[in-house]
Amino acid sequence: MFDLKGYGPSLLDGAVITIELAFLSLALALALGLIGASSKLSGNRLAKGIATGYTTVIRGIPDLVMMLLFYYGGQVAVNNLSDYLYEAYEIDFFFQFDPFISGVVTIGLIFGAYMTETFRGAFLAVETGQVEAAKAYGFTRWHTFRRIIFPQMLRHALPGIGNNWQVLLKTTALVSIIGLTDMVRVAEEAAKAERMPFHFFIPVAAVYLALTAGSELFIKWLDKRANVGVVHGG
Amino acid sequence: MPDFIAQWLDQNDIFTAMTIMEYWDGLVTTVQLVFLSLIVGLVCAVPLALLRTVKNPFVSGPVWVYTYLFRGTPLLIQLYIIYYGIAQIPGIQETFWWEIFREPFYPALLAFALNTCAYTTEIIRGAIVSTPNGEIEAAKAYGMSWWLRTRRIVLPSAARRAVQAYSNEVIFMLHSSAIASVVTIVDLTGAARNIYSRFYAPFDAFIFVACCYLVLTFILVFAFRKLESHLLRHQRPVQN
Repeated sequence: MFDLKGYGPSLLDGAVITIELAFLSLALALALGLIGASSKLSGNRLAKGIATGYTTVIRGIPDLVMMLLFYYGGQVAVNNLSDYLYEAYEIDFFFQFDPFISGVVTIGLIFGAYMTETFRGAFLAVETGQVEAAKAYGFTRWHTFRRIIFPQMLRHALPGIGNNWQVLLKTTALVSIIGLTDMVRVAEEAAKAERMPFHFFIPVAAVYLALTAGSELFIKWLDKRANVGVVHGG
Repeated sequence: MPDFIAQWLDQNDIFTAMTIMEYWDGLVTTVQLVFLSLIVGLVCAVPLALLRTVKNPFVSGPVWVYTYLFRGTPLLIQLYIIYYGIAQIPGIQETFWWEIFREPFYPALLAFALNTCAYTTEIIRGAIVSTPNGEIEAAKAYGMSWWLRTRRIVLPSAARRAVQAYSNEVIFMLHSSAIASVVTIVDLTGAARNIYSRFYAPFDAFIFVACCYLVLTFILVFAFRKLESHLLRHQRPVQN
């Protein structure tokens, strides 16, 4: 087997951090995506405008630039806020903007924009007859959403969520640049110290490959389950 | 002019001619890097996509492995492997290759080109596979050879179907090119990082550069929309 020169445990810890980061960002992205899609489809012009601005701006900016802005800018903003609070109200408040939180917030915000588009398409794919039938049964708006639209929408959204998840997983590697000790960072330090780049980066690449391949299989299985009972033409 | 803008311009130490020039040089590097890697990637992707559609698994298999590996791992790791790895290849420091790959620009170019080539291969393969069978049958009925029919029928028809997905890939490549700044290349993001660390002004440095990327993205979107309507002009409704 590979001799990892004693870096094995820290690489493993790094892998756990990568996975935690990916799942937390996914949760934030899904929440933002649902809110974004609902605002885009709502009749409210202000909500629509905000959601459209959000998706347009986020999808036009590189993820790394966003991450640097949140990490470095976030700390400056928090410092200014805490200075102001202390001077004005004598409230002692401090918050350290660490790389993990910046990573989750940035990746969540970025993929929230992609999820918004995915969910918007999926909501539109639910037949209007279903909503009308729910109305005819006297369902409230919340009930219609929870019982009728949401379960049916999920089937259409799954392939898009799957694609976004695959990209998200690979984006987590960027958080090593702002100093999070994930597995990429550990591998980089080890590779520099031992002067063995292939030795440390190839196992990390293999972990990413295993994660993406594993999620591919899982998403296929979910998709199959979600499409039980759907009769395809032809 | 509103007061706060005048005040801001008065106190502005950051956006001087010097820093604007730094951003400009960064922009030039970014555009070069993205443009060259896209060209190399596209040129290699067309033959690879054709090989990928060959029925023989010994021909299509290696191409599949290549695209799977490069699409399944983060570009940052590919960049690190190539950037740090090239110097470790035994004997390379004595050959002329070392003169080229000593500059961080070329390892980055190689990594980006390999990465975008893998994605582009799959995009083109998808478009080739979905060629309507009738078009191929008609070409065969005209007695076209495999090469002629690929060149005249399959590839132009696939290009029309691929352009939408390819435009996304181009924009992704522009955004991914920001990581070139981690291997000491001063591209747009690299310029912003330098200016941030000199003035400790994260908002000025990064928001400005974000706007630059936004403008580049809009230009690309607009150009691809034009290209798409040009390629699909035969499908436009007839205007009287």
